[in-house]
Amino acid sequence: MDFSSAKQFDLHRRMVRIRLFEEAAGRLAESNKLPGFLHLYVGEEAVASGVCGALNDDDHITSTHRGHGHLVAKGGDFNRMMAELMGKSTGYCKGKGGSMHISDTSLGMLGANGIVGAGSPIAVGAAFANKYRGKGQVAVAFFGDGSTNIGAFHEAANMACALHLPIVFACENNEYGEFTPRDKTMAITDVVDRAAGYGMPGVIVDGMDVIAVHEAAVEAVERARQGGGPSMIEAKTYRFYNHHGVQNLGLKYRSDEEVAIWKQRDPIFTFEDRMIENGVATRANFDDIWAELRADIETAIQFAEDSPYPTPDQIMVNVYTSMTGAN
Amino acid sequence: MSDDRKLTYAQAFNEAVSQMMEADPDVFCAGEDIGAFGGVFGTFAGLQAKFGEKRVVDTPISEQAIVGLGVGASVTGLRPIVDLMFMDFICVAFDQIVNQAAKLKYMFGGDATLPMTITTAGGGGLSAAAQHSQSLEALLCHIPGLKVVMPSNPYDMKGLMISCIKENNPTVMIKHKRLLGMSAPVPTEAYGIPLGKGNIIRPGKDVTIVAYARMANEAIIAAKELAEEGIDCEIIDPRTLQPLDTDLIVDSAKKTNRVVVAQEAVRFGGLGAEIASQIQELAFDYLDAPVSRIGAPFSPVPFSPALESHYIPDAKSIVKGVRDVMARR
Repeated sequence: MDFSSAKQFDLHRRMVRIRLFEEAAGRLAESNKLPGFLHLYVGEEAVASGVCGALNDDDHITSTHRGHGHLVAKGGDFNRMMAELMGKSTGYCKGKGGSMHISDTSLGMLGANGIVGAGSPIAVGAAFANKYRGKGQVAVAFFGDGSTNIGAFHEAANMACALHLPIVFACENNEYGEFTPRDKTMAITDVVDRAAGYGMPGVIVDGMDVIAVHEAAVEAVERARQGGGPSMIEAKTYRFYNHHGVQNLGLKYRSDEEVAIWKQRDPIFTFEDRMIENGVATRANFDDIWAELRADIETAIQFAEDSPYPTPDQIMVNVYTSMTGAN
Repeated sequence: MSDDRKLTYAQAFNEAVSQMMEADPDVFCAGEDIGAFGGVFGTFAGLQAKFGEKRVVDTPISEQAIVGLGVGASVTGLRPIVDLMFMDFICVAFDQIVNQAAKLKYMFGGDATLPMTITTAGGGGLSAAAQHSQSLEALLCHIPGLKVVMPSNPYDMKGLMISCIKENNPTVMIKHKRLLGMSAPVPTEAYGIPLGKGNIIRPGKDVTIVAYARMANEAIIAAKELAEEGIDCEIIDPRTLQPLDTDLIVDSAKKTNRVVVAQEAVRFGGLGAEIASQIQELAFDYLDAPVSRIGAPFSPVPFSPALESHYIPDAKSIVKGVRDVMARR
């Protein structure tokens, strides 16, 4: 597939937005300005960007504990995201959800999720509703390699195929389930081997190559949209930081050499080199884009810092659609 | 149509679902064996023939994915009814029920609505043993975000099921397996019974019996026997356990000054404990005796009829409980 220069800039922009948001979140966490856990998506930007670049606004996605990238890629607002990470009342979840539950249902983003594997059954439900309404919407379940070892994933994949739903299972295989390498937790190298067992096609793509991811996503999304049923994409990728937090080197479960090798394949910088090489962009173009988006991030941080915290009277709000359940 | 038309508890459930499916094209059902087979208890009988495979969906035996289907479909605008064949199977689906369905709205800062109903069948009395007989309602009532309903008769079943389907929060409708064949007059029109509103089944002045689902029926039998002894029982059926109609219960306690709570579930940590606690907090000065709790022993449900018949509380246990409470001076 040949993608227009506008599409290439669009995919690039999604990746840079994720990178800048995550690096900023990491810096804020280091200076103790973010409460709670932080699972950074840096290194995996090509996956969310390549997939969400193939979706319409009214398509749905479910996400993982490492979910900021998915929301950014689906069009998430920096201000509301940053405010949520800080636990402020202006955040996406009004300070009720935080990093692990960040969501925007108006963008079809049905939530980051603190439970590994739990997003996939929800994506199946969204896909069911999309088929039921018959308006051609699709759902994408983002999930990690580790979550394919939990029962909920298996149930979701099987049910999606049994009901022939318009869904794409997008696996981010970053080779580690939390702090344990994949080869200690499953006897196969490629997660996509599991797809055949459910009766769906699957492909492996280079998860550091946004064009490769996007190409596979366009095909899978189109198949789902046309009634061709579920499929799986396994994107081989890598997280540059630790499972949570901002440490990246000196970790006990992976070598610094391995990190260095993957960083040479940085999905953004390699893509920029290619776009320049192909005459699609100039370095000056990229300098402008980074500067513009950096300014957006600074604005978001300022917005979040200036925003008020929720007041204690908000604790009981939104437990139910009305408050009749409390006693 | 005559007001005397009788339906069974199972038929009342079925009619509620059918009428709501006719009224709202966004309502659909999904679960194991509910299609052509009509559900293992027949509660979905005829619905797939009437509404088609699109709206009455046979699923794999995948309780997590069944509830997940309800979560995802409801948060994107449909109104699912998802069935878990036996209440014991909520344990298989507990992540989707507790961590997803109940919490999405809150975690999203209100930016989600989940008008889904989980239906299931609870209770013992069929020699179905420890994995197909439980009363696990207390687990569900402990989770903010869920509503929990346990009807005791066909009339309440229809009205509560209609309200569950119309409700914009996740609800769990627990059918009692031993009540499925119970027959009583049920109006033909679609009517709702508000969630969170209890019912005074029998007014009385001497003692209050709070009982739900099958135990409400056992309480009616007990009250007749006690009436012959000159004890006038007031029976309160909360019908909805979350939210609980605490006002109705406390007002009755203030009137009769003595309360027995009867549940089929294991006594320890059950709804009876919560109800007794609410009464002592809100009506302590009115009580002439400690609130008494009737419930099952702290063991799994046994298989043999010789054991199960002793395990599950019945009218006799309620009669004894009331006599004990009346004996306190």
